[in-house]
Amino acid sequence: MTVVAIVAGVMLTAAAVLTSYRILAGPSTLDRVVGIDSLMAIAASGLAVWAAYSQDTTLLPAIIALALVGFLGSAAVSRFRVRDDQ
Amino acid sequence: MTLWQWLSAALILFGATLALTAAIAIVRFPDTLTRMHAATKPQVVGLILVLAGAAIELYGHGNVWALVLVGLFTLLTAPVVAHLIGRTAYREQRHRDGLLTVNELGNEID
Repeated sequence: MTVVAIVAGVMLTAAAVLTSYRILAGPSTLDRVVGIDSLMAIAASGLAVWAAYSQDTTLLPAIIALALVGFLGSAAVSRFRVRDDQ
Repeated sequence: MTLWQWLSAALILFGATLALTAAIAIVRFPDTLTRMHAATKPQVVGLILVLAGAAIELYGHGNVWALVLVGLFTLLTAPVVAHLIGRTAYREQRHRDGLLTVNELGNEID
């Protein structure tokens, strides 16, 4: 299980780095919302992989909170943000 | 390793692979609507696979139902965020000309 956790962790880290590029580069705020939403899913996946590897169930409330807050944040920004300057 | 551990390992690795492919697509796709597509579909399936693998690995602990809850919640909320982003992107004309073969909303929008 250690090898699986390491391989999955490396893949998720690479995914997070790539997504961070999109968050930085944009060009529009909607692209950044897409990147943030993706990053939240990657973070939840990372927490789940760590919980599976360490057999520690105290991480589960953190995964729930991450899913809830991630959704609220993405929906709120998409709905209420100011239009981009062209 | 037991059969369950092999299944859990396969699910987690496949889920992480889907997350990585989604991230590659977010970087490489040309516009907001296509990036939204990549961020929503493979990303959510990947997360659910990882949660399923973690649930198998943690089976026997009392509160594994939380992972099922996260999976269901993700299934319900990801399309909502995708719809909000897609709607806003369309209304601000952030799609390529000629991308929509039949644009049924084109004349209705005020």
